[in-house]
Amino acid sequence: MSARAGTSEPAWVRRSLIALALGFVFLFLLLPLAAVFTEALRKGLGAALEALREPEAWSAIRLTLITAAITVPLNLLFGVAAAWAIAKYEFKGKAFLTTLVDLPFSVSPVVAGLIYVLMFGAQGWFGPWLQAHDIKIIFAVPGIVLATVFVTFPFIARELIPLMQAQGSEEEQAALVLGANGWQTFWHVTLPNIKWGLVYGVILCNARAMGEFGAVSVVSGHIRGQTNTLPLHVEILYNEYQSVAAFAVASLLALLAVLTLLVKSGVEWQFERDHKAALELPPEKPGV
Amino acid sequence: MTIATLSTAPFSRVTPTRRTARRVLPGFKLTLGYTLFYLSLIVLIPLSSLLFKTFSLSWAQFWAAVASPRVLASYRLTFGASLLASLVNVAFGLLLAWVLVRYKFPGKKIIDALVDLPFALPTAVAGIALTALLAGNGWVGQFFEPLGVPLAFNRNGIVIALIFIGLPFVVRTVQPVLEDFEKELEEAATCLGATRWQTFRYVIFPCVAPALLTGFAMAFARAVGEYGSVIFIAGNMPMVSEITPLIIIGKLEQYDYAGATAVASVMLGISFVLLLVINALQSWQRRRSGGKS
Repeated sequence: MSARAGTSEPAWVRRSLIALALGFVFLFLLLPLAAVFTEALRKGLGAALEALREPEAWSAIRLTLITAAITVPLNLLFGVAAAWAIAKYEFKGKAFLTTLVDLPFSVSPVVAGLIYVLMFGAQGWFGPWLQAHDIKIIFAVPGIVLATVFVTFPFIARELIPLMQAQGSEEEQAALVLGANGWQTFWHVTLPNIKWGLVYGVILCNARAMGEFGAVSVVSGHIRGQTNTLPLHVEILYNEYQSVAAFAVASLLALLAVLTLLVKSGVEWQFERDHKAALELPPEKPGV
Repeated sequence: MTIATLSTAPFSRVTPTRRTARRVLPGFKLTLGYTLFYLSLIVLIPLSSLLFKTFSLSWAQFWAAVASPRVLASYRLTFGASLLASLVNVAFGLLLAWVLVRYKFPGKKIIDALVDLPFALPTAVAGIALTALLAGNGWVGQFFEPLGVPLAFNRNGIVIALIFIGLPFVVRTVQPVLEDFEKELEEAATCLGATRWQTFRYVIFPCVAPALLTGFAMAFARAVGEYGSVIFIAGNMPMVSEITPLIIIGKLEQYDYAGATAVASVMLGISFVLLLVINALQSWQRRRSGGKS
């Protein structure tokens, strides 16, 4: 009895802490989410759906999907390559390289947009050359993709690096000794081991890619029907006092967020289950 | 925050013996080469364009841009609001992590998943949702407006938006540390006659402190650069409620590329410093908790 009391709090403390935490979650997380959907449905479902049927909304959805469809595979390829290099080998400057991979996370989205304007804008490094060849990057789709790639750059790599480091490379060594080549080793040994981390990184990367606002806002130019992504479309509608339409489009993005959280929880659950199963395998190791 | 924190598999320190001549995995040159190529293309070269542009400014130009009263006011606001918000995040982040790890209650899984909402919800959506809630006629704002404390379109709104944005950082850094915390230490403290509060204060808290500090720094770094969720709720009045990222946008819209670049380079410098601080904190945290698990 006394030992139990020593490692847990009295019931009233427990209950008030839980109540306080739940109150905070309700106010700061649940209410904002609920507000998106209520505001969208303020004038009924019809009005909300009307806003989604606008051609401009459709083009924003299309652009957002295109952007994510280019961004996620690019960062996926990079994430796997970077994780392989950083987790499987020792080399000079590794810690520094890992820091650089994380760098885009700490750069303000606005600054991320600005650097591409400085590179490819009319006044930028390549501006005159691009103009001479009639290539548009800033205020066009390529700029939006570049800015999105930048802000989502570390997502997949930083999920995979610690995961692959924790797994070591014994299994890959074994595959090589048994005669597999590098690609076979990767596809049949490494990939199954990192699959949940991969899915996890991809959904987080995708959520951010579809929802990025600051960086995209700088490079987009806000040309309606052409360079507006969903979040930018939300801003325009909101600033035009089309509240219901703005929240209707926003609720699409909120649904995406909820879906992301669901998949993420599912992946975590799967991963934990696999992990537990793996821990239970060797019976000769008690109490791992 | 990461799935790897779930993995308790310790780093393999067993180096193979000389006899089993260790085979080197293939692909080092390919993967490292591609990593460096992509990193340079997407991150390093574009960021260097910012530095080059900054160095092409004269000192007077630079100083006029980064130290005008309006910009100075925006630094004070951005850092003040970020500091306040991250401190709130530390308190409630620790509370949430504690409740999620230590207690059982209905809906716990949902709350746990919901903590990541600020990561998943696009910032613009968060911005307009919070504005709708906190405005004078909103669900929450209506109770504060009569008290003379308007929550939206002023600094209060900025701090609230930044609390929302930064919350997951603290929870997700503290949670795994609390999960790995060994109950034996608490039992020992109790056996030695410590009260529950003393055990928390002198045994648990010191263990969690590095993670708490890391989460604080991450939330702070994110808050300083945040744009999307803040601009809808801030009111954006020059000298009063105008954050630094908005200053950059404002200068860009007036085609003042030199000014925008100068202010951006200041922000980039601050990001660098924060990144180094976070790295140092994380390695300190690893050292502190490294030996145990």
